[in-house]
Amino acid sequence: MELNNLSTKIGIEQYNFYYGGFQALRDITINIPENQITSIIGPSGCGKSTFLRSFNRMNELIPGVKTKGDIRLDDFNIYEMDPVELRKRVGMVFQRPNPFPKSIFDNIAFGPRVHGITAKQVLAEIVEKSLRQAALWDEVKDDLNKSGLALSGGQQQRLCIARALAVEPEVILMDEPASALDPIATLKIEDLIQELKEKYTIVIVTHNMQQAARASDYTLFFNMAEDRAGYLVESGKTVNIFTNPKEELTEQYISGRFG
Amino acid sequence: MEAKTTGMKDNLARRRWIGNIFLVLLIIATLVGLLMLTILIIDIAVKGADWVSPQLFTNYHSRKPEKAGMKSAIVGSIIVMGLTGLFSFPIGVGAALYLEEYAKKNALTRFINININNLAGVPSIVYGMLGLVVFGRMFGVFNPNSWLVTTFNLPVGQSALGGLEFDLFGLSFLHLKFPFGRSLLAGSLTMTLLILPVVIISSREAIRAVPNSIRLASFALGATKWQTISKQVLPIAMPGILTGVILALSRAIGETAPLIIMGAFTYVPFLPESVWDQFTVMPIQIYNWITLPQEDFRIHLAAAGILVLLAVLLSFNAVAVFLRKKLEIKW
Repeated sequence: MELNNLSTKIGIEQYNFYYGGFQALRDITINIPENQITSIIGPSGCGKSTFLRSFNRMNELIPGVKTKGDIRLDDFNIYEMDPVELRKRVGMVFQRPNPFPKSIFDNIAFGPRVHGITAKQVLAEIVEKSLRQAALWDEVKDDLNKSGLALSGGQQQRLCIARALAVEPEVILMDEPASALDPIATLKIEDLIQELKEKYTIVIVTHNMQQAARASDYTLFFNMAEDRAGYLVESGKTVNIFTNPKEELTEQYISGRFG
Repeated sequence: MEAKTTGMKDNLARRRWIGNIFLVLLIIATLVGLLMLTILIIDIAVKGADWVSPQLFTNYHSRKPEKAGMKSAIVGSIIVMGLTGLFSFPIGVGAALYLEEYAKKNALTRFINININNLAGVPSIVYGMLGLVVFGRMFGVFNPNSWLVTTFNLPVGQSALGGLEFDLFGLSFLHLKFPFGRSLLAGSLTMTLLILPVVIISSREAIRAVPNSIRLASFALGATKWQTISKQVLPIAMPGILTGVILALSRAIGETAPLIIMGAFTYVPFLPESVWDQFTVMPIQIYNWITLPQEDFRIHLAAAGILVLLAVLLSFNAVAVFLRKKLEIKW
């Protein structure tokens, strides 16, 4: 993929992934650019989420998985890092909002606390800063002791984003973050992502092609081979992928002829 | 309109009728259980209610029914249950955490699971024998002629039971006695073993009920496994775990056989002052009264004792329900 003057945040080389004996990803090679929004699109089951979860090694929580190939964060092999350290630098927002059954404050303070911050004043500042970045501060500032579960779906997801921001990551992974939300909440999340890209590298898996087209800078198109392994069909600037795709498959997927 | 060829019958009335019959049968099944319980309770209440008096709580057992009470039994039961809870909680919850969160799903784990489930069904009297041998007599290693005593020249008492007493680290309040004999300590440890399988099983259920999305969110923030368990999983599972422990205790409070076997006494005219003292518990006191010839003992006082035991049981269950409601998380 042509990255022009942008630096590579995550470099993937000949990456293969197996769930036991089943190959889920085959020979993926791609560079994720820094401070850009990269979206991953493709039909169901082609390995997009598996690929995303590789970046913060969350796949390892499943027993029996194997990987081959390299993934490098800022040119450091992520498999030579402590996964706990990696996950501080690479945060994740899940498809269904999953706030902890604690107060809004404790939800966001959990990350910093886990990494050793105990001073109340410092925590309060981090909580406010994260909520502001997630465009949620004004809505909840009057009662941070309210349970995180008492918020609406869209607010919960922004809470989860704030929670991820609180540990000061460099990369934010989002696995279909708006698919469980209504259209208005979805737009709010998309606006939020645009603001975040100034400071963070964002990789987002989405089923919603309109979302990928309007909200991302770069797009990776995955497909499922006949043996159900996922592979990278085409990658490039979003505007090129959607208006002038090089591969026939890409063109077919974009125009809705399959997937 | 086409002729009906699919064979579906016009049998709505018959289907409803069958459904109603089963509803009646299910109601009868429920009522049978409730009826038994009600008859039993009424019978006990009639026989014993008049005999529930303050002296039941303030007096020790006496040969005269008018003077007899179950003070030592009530205190003994409370202390045994307290100690049992204290021992079984960390061991049971710890085992449940290991099995649910750490252990790999292999043949060894499956073997452990099967064994724990089986142990939950072992008759309580077997635990009594286990407690007698392991805690009460400690396999006889503290007898004057045992291999342990002769090898290490331990200063045991000269009676047939032997017995080693010393102060741990020289501190007088850490005075230890081996073997544990017929003490509160031995009794509590025996009961701990009895309820441990149940505590492990119910704690595992509570831990399993914690949604996995919570663990994933915690890991994704860079928390270690233990941080995730201690700060997210355990707090969420705690209401279920506590309920399980309290319910296990409320069953154990009525267990007679294991404590009789490991040597709780039937006549204890004093209150225990330390865990090394002898003791008795409510079910044993009731059992003792039932065997006496006088009607006042065998019918009235025994019934009164049963009412007290039931009251304690109900209050345990009430505490369990209260705690569960209070700590429950509304998702």
